[in-house]
Amino acid sequence: MFEGFVLKALLAGVGIAVVAAPLGCFIVWRRMAYFGATIAHSGLLGVAVGLALSIDLTIGVIAVALALSALLLGLQRQRLLPTDTLLGILAHVALAAGLIAASLLSEGRLDLMGYLFGDILAVTDRDLYWIFGGGAVILALTIWIWRPLLAVSMHEELAVAEGIPAGWISAAFMLLLALTVALAMKLVGILLIASLLIIPAATARPFARTPEQMAVISAVVAALGVVLGLGASLTADTPAGPSIVMALAVLFTLSLFQSFRVASS
Amino acid sequence: MAVEASKAESLISARGVSLSRNGRRLLDHVDLDVNSGEIVTLIGPNGAGKTTLVRVLLGLIPPDEGEIITAKGLKIGYLPQRFERDATIPLTVSRFLTLSSSASNGEIGEVLSEVGASSLADAQVANLSGGEFQRVALAKTLMGAPSLLVLDEPVQNVDYAGEAELYRLIGEIRRRRGCGILLVSHDLHIVLGESDRVICLNGHVCCSGVPESVAQHPEYMRLFGPSAAEAYAVYAHHHDHVHGLSGAVSEAEHDEAAG
Repeated sequence: MFEGFVLKALLAGVGIAVVAAPLGCFIVWRRMAYFGATIAHSGLLGVAVGLALSIDLTIGVIAVALALSALLLGLQRQRLLPTDTLLGILAHVALAAGLIAASLLSEGRLDLMGYLFGDILAVTDRDLYWIFGGGAVILALTIWIWRPLLAVSMHEELAVAEGIPAGWISAAFMLLLALTVALAMKLVGILLIASLLIIPAATARPFARTPEQMAVISAVVAALGVVLGLGASLTADTPAGPSIVMALAVLFTLSLFQSFRVASS
Repeated sequence: MAVEASKAESLISARGVSLSRNGRRLLDHVDLDVNSGEIVTLIGPNGAGKTTLVRVLLGLIPPDEGEIITAKGLKIGYLPQRFERDATIPLTVSRFLTLSSSASNGEIGEVLSEVGASSLADAQVANLSGGEFQRVALAKTLMGAPSLLVLDEPVQNVDYAGEAELYRLIGEIRRRRGCGILLVSHDLHIVLGESDRVICLNGHVCCSGVPESVAQHPEYMRLFGPSAAEAYAVYAHHHDHVHGLSGAVSEAEHDEAAG
C-alpha cells in the first residue's frame, strides 16, 4: 500500500515536523503563538508576490514574512495598543491582501485551496529537496542560536547585560520562523501551520524537565502526529493536513493527563 | 577598613552621570564607586532612579552626560529586580545556572553549596519557594567567578527571617570571594548592617557614607522619616550583638558623613 506519493508525503511531513518542533517550543515559551499564526497567514501574500515578480515562491514568502515582522517591531514602538491587537490586525489584513492578490492573478496559476489547507500528498521531488536542504539549515541554525535564544527568552535584560546581542538573536529567530512557514506551507496550508508549531511543544511540556528535553519530545510528538494523521487520512479518505492537526490534537489531549498529574503532585 | 580601602581595586565608577526620559530628570550628576571587597548599598524611595542607575552602570542604557569607568576585563554577576519565573519553560536549577554559559558540574555544585541550596540542584525552578529562588538566583550571579555582583532588590518575595539570612549570605560571599557588591534596596534597616558604604539616591545623591552616618543624615530622615533612623538604630544594636566580628563599626567613622 506504500505508494511513492505516500512515502514522499511521510518524508516531507516528518522532516518539517522535526524542524518546526524546536522553534515551536520557543513560540510557547515566548508567548508568541499569535505571532506564529500571523507569519503563517502572510504566506499567501508571499506566494502572490512571488508569482507577480516571477521569483521563487519560497523567497516571496520569506520576504513578506520578514517585512511583516519588521512592521510589527515598528508598530510596537507605540504604546496605546497591545501586541496581540496589532497581530490580530496584521494577520487578517495579510490574509485578506493575499486572497485579493491571488484572485487578481490569472486563473490556474495559484491553487488557492492547496495553499490554504495544504496538499501534502502532492509533494514533488523538488519539494523534498527544499524541505530536507532548507530543513537541515534551519535545524543547524536553531542549534547554533539555542543557548543565547533561551537566555533572551528567559530574561532579555539579563541576557543583554551578559553580552548577548538580543536584537540579533530575536531577529534570527523570526527569520527561522519565516523559513519554516515557507517550507511547511505546502504540507498543512497556511491556516494550519501554526498548529504544527504549537501543539507538539504544548504536548511535550508536561513530560520535559529541561528545555532541551522539551524540544526533543516535541519533535517526536510532531513526527508521530504526521504519521498517524497521514495514516488516518489514507484509511478514512479525509483531507491530509487537517487529519495531521487532529492527530496532534489527540496526542495533546492525552498529554493533559500528565499535565494535571504534575500540577497535583 | 581604611587599610582595606586603600588596597582595594576600583571595579566600577559612575562620574557625573545624568539621564532624562520624557522630560523627566531621572539621574542628576550621580557619582558612585564600587571597589573590590566592599558592599555598597544604594537606597532610595520608589522612583528614585536606583534601577535606572544600575542599567546605566551595566551599559544597558547610555547616559546623557557623564561616564562609566569599569576595571579592565571586569566580569559582572547581575541579579535583575524582576526575575519572573515561568512554568512554561521546563528548567532544573542546574540548567538554570548554565543558561548563559556552560559550566562544569563541579562549579554548579560549588555555587549551590555556597548559597546553601545543594539539595535543590535537580528541582524545577518553577516549584521553588520565594526564598529558595532568590538563593538560586544569587548562585547564578556567582557563575564564572565575577569580580563584581550587582544585586537589584535581592530579597524580593522573601519573608523577614529569610531577608536577614540572605543578607548574611551576601556578606559571607563578599568575605569569601573578596568581590565588590553593589546592592540596591528600598528597605534599609536590614541592609545597612553588612554595608561598608550607603548611597542614598533620589535622582541625585542625597547623602553617602558609612551606615550610621547616613541613617542620621537630615536628607535621609527627610526622605524616609525619623522613624526609619530609629528602626536602624535598633537593628544596628541587634546586629552588633549577633555578628560582632563583621558588624562592628569604629567610632571614628561615624563622623565621615558626606553631604
